[in-house]
Amino acid sequence: MSSTGSAQVADNKSGASPGGQRSWFFRNRIKLAPWLFLLPGLLFFSVYVIAPIFQSIWISFYEWDGLSPKQWVGTANYVELLDDDRFYTSLINNVWWLVLYMLAVPAGLGIALFLNQTVTGIRLYKSLFFFPFVISQVVVGLIFTWFYNPDFGIVGIVWEFFGAKPPAILADEDLVTFGIIAAGLWPQIAYCMILYLTGLNNVSPDQVEAGRLDNAKGWKMLWFIILPQLKPATFIAIVVTVIGALRSFDLIAIMTQGGPYGSSNVLAYYMYETALSEYGFRMGYGSAIATVLFLIMLVYISFFLWRMYQDEKG
Amino acid sequence: MFNTLKRTAAALAVASLISAPALAADLVINFDDLNEAPKLGFETAVEKFKAANPDINVIVNITDREAHKTAIRNFLSADAPDVTSWYPGNRMAPFVNAGQFTDVSDLWESEGFNDSLASTKSAMTIDGKQWGVPYTYYQWGIYYRSDIFAAQGIEVPTNWEGLLAASAKLKEAGIAPFTIGTKYLWTAAGVFDYLNLRTNGYDVHNDLTAGKIKYTDPRIVDVFEKWKELVEPGYFIENHATMSWQEALAPFIKGEAAMYVMGNFSVAAMREGGLTDDQIDYFQFPEITPGVARAEEAPTDAFFIPSNAKNPEDARKFLAFVAQPDIQSEWNATIGQLPINKNSTVGDDKFIQKGFETVSTAEGLAQFFDRDAPAEMAKAGMEGFQEFMIKPERLDAILKRLDKVQERVYK
Repeated sequence: MSSTGSAQVADNKSGASPGGQRSWFFRNRIKLAPWLFLLPGLLFFSVYVIAPIFQSIWISFYEWDGLSPKQWVGTANYVELLDDDRFYTSLINNVWWLVLYMLAVPAGLGIALFLNQTVTGIRLYKSLFFFPFVISQVVVGLIFTWFYNPDFGIVGIVWEFFGAKPPAILADEDLVTFGIIAAGLWPQIAYCMILYLTGLNNVSPDQVEAGRLDNAKGWKMLWFIILPQLKPATFIAIVVTVIGALRSFDLIAIMTQGGPYGSSNVLAYYMYETALSEYGFRMGYGSAIATVLFLIMLVYISFFLWRMYQDEKG
Repeated sequence: MFNTLKRTAAALAVASLISAPALAADLVINFDDLNEAPKLGFETAVEKFKAANPDINVIVNITDREAHKTAIRNFLSADAPDVTSWYPGNRMAPFVNAGQFTDVSDLWESEGFNDSLASTKSAMTIDGKQWGVPYTYYQWGIYYRSDIFAAQGIEVPTNWEGLLAASAKLKEAGIAPFTIGTKYLWTAAGVFDYLNLRTNGYDVHNDLTAGKIKYTDPRIVDVFEKWKELVEPGYFIENHATMSWQEALAPFIKGEAAMYVMGNFSVAAMREGGLTDDQIDYFQFPEITPGVARAEEAPTDAFFIPSNAKNPEDARKFLAFVAQPDIQSEWNATIGQLPINKNSTVGDDKFIQKGFETVSTAEGLAQFFDRDAPAEMAKAGMEGFQEFMIKPERLDAILKRLDKVQERVYK
């Protein structure tokens, strides 16, 4: 705010233009400038983000195959959702994703604390730990698919070493979701780790020193001195992890395509499958799923915005 | 480097200037197979068409099959080519019903296709009209390791008991009787279709995919009971839900599995995997209910003219051209499949020969479960088949669920 004020002053000084008569635009330029800079962003955000949200809510009240004329069906798509086993499977899987994906936050913190030391070659180790986040999700999916393969994957070899019969993780309706989540955790942990590593750089050495004088060690040091200072990093880590969990799509598309028989579906993939895949093209039904997913996210987005607002208020 | 770029850009600009005014004689064809042999077959045919019609400027766009399936919905309405490849049966139904494909019945009449392409006429027909011209199809059946059969002293089975006995013997020898990869679901539909065609016949297949018979109908339950006789003793390879059809070839090639219910396109992959023609062979899916007329799966690929085509006259010329017997003979010899025109000749490959005999003597030709049934039903059905193969004890629940989907889809 203060910078704007000083600009205002500067403006008034130089503002006495020789012409005397100044345009409305010129007079209000300080107020207008931010909006002008925001304009392109706002325009694209409303065209490509806001409008489609309302559009898909609108389409969810129609029966539409994308080719023929739309047919108004009211809430029929939502009524059908309530009676759809696949939908409930996806919903429950989404909850599993949200819960288990959270493991990435403490795991990332653990690795960050472990790597936050000065030894020769630590940069190399850091890069290696960060590596899974850099490679594409598609590659991660492929690697884990082979990894889980009971015939030639590492999981199969380990199981056989102990004399057990290896499970076909990606073909087992009870294990498949956890198998995919584990694959997703690999890059997600790396992401949280890098967030915490940068956070640890900013931990004030004075406070650590002061804590030491007061005899804080180990867990107490971590809990009372380090973690409070990492609060911003924790917040961001939770944000990206929740978003990552709700958006889970690529790994499922690569590893199982929602199979076996729909048991690893999540809402995002189920929506894609009904609306856009080879056997789908039920735009209305897909939009209804999208709307439900949006409502779930809305809870979270509101919390996020509220938090931001509180922080801004100071 | 920069100069090359500049030159390329200039060349492109010039090229776009030249081609910018869409000449009346431009003919745009969208084709859907990037694999080597199908691409070559298509391109050769296009070259011949160009030679025969020097005044037509043919422009071809070849995309990957899966990409084509999604793209077609956009390009039909937004930027329609003059000719596009697509599939008959229920696969073309959404486009026909939405008025996106042109009726070509007159072409069938004037070119005598009603006679020369008669084998696939029903698949190309909706509302009594023909909507496209087919250029190839291929047989399905059981591909098997003849060397393993010989080593185990197994004869080629001709009926259900024979198939079960052969399976039991293979299983005893530690060889999986059937390999299959159901990750992408449709392979399971091939097995279901054959069990249904052999147990109940062609009409039941059509009635089921047309929604006239429920899945809980005793005749369909019978099919699953037969399937159970293969699933419960473990005659299908384990972990099939993790594999695509190509991955499921590995145990077949390694000799860990002896039979594969598949389409003829798999032969090329088997040969690439190192198997020689002395090791692999083909037999028709054996009889189950004695006296049921033998119908076969023979998925067909065809060309269609979008309603928004800018050059429909020349498009018709191309459709008539690809149905010619000599063109179909050469094309299908290249891709290792069967020509549809009955005046064509087939390649001398043993699988093509056997396939031709199988298909040309069949009483009925089914397209495939996912082409005969509407997309949504097909998806639910195939998921049901996969679930059944893993959890056969859930049969009742699966069939009831399919009935529920059926009720909604065919209303």
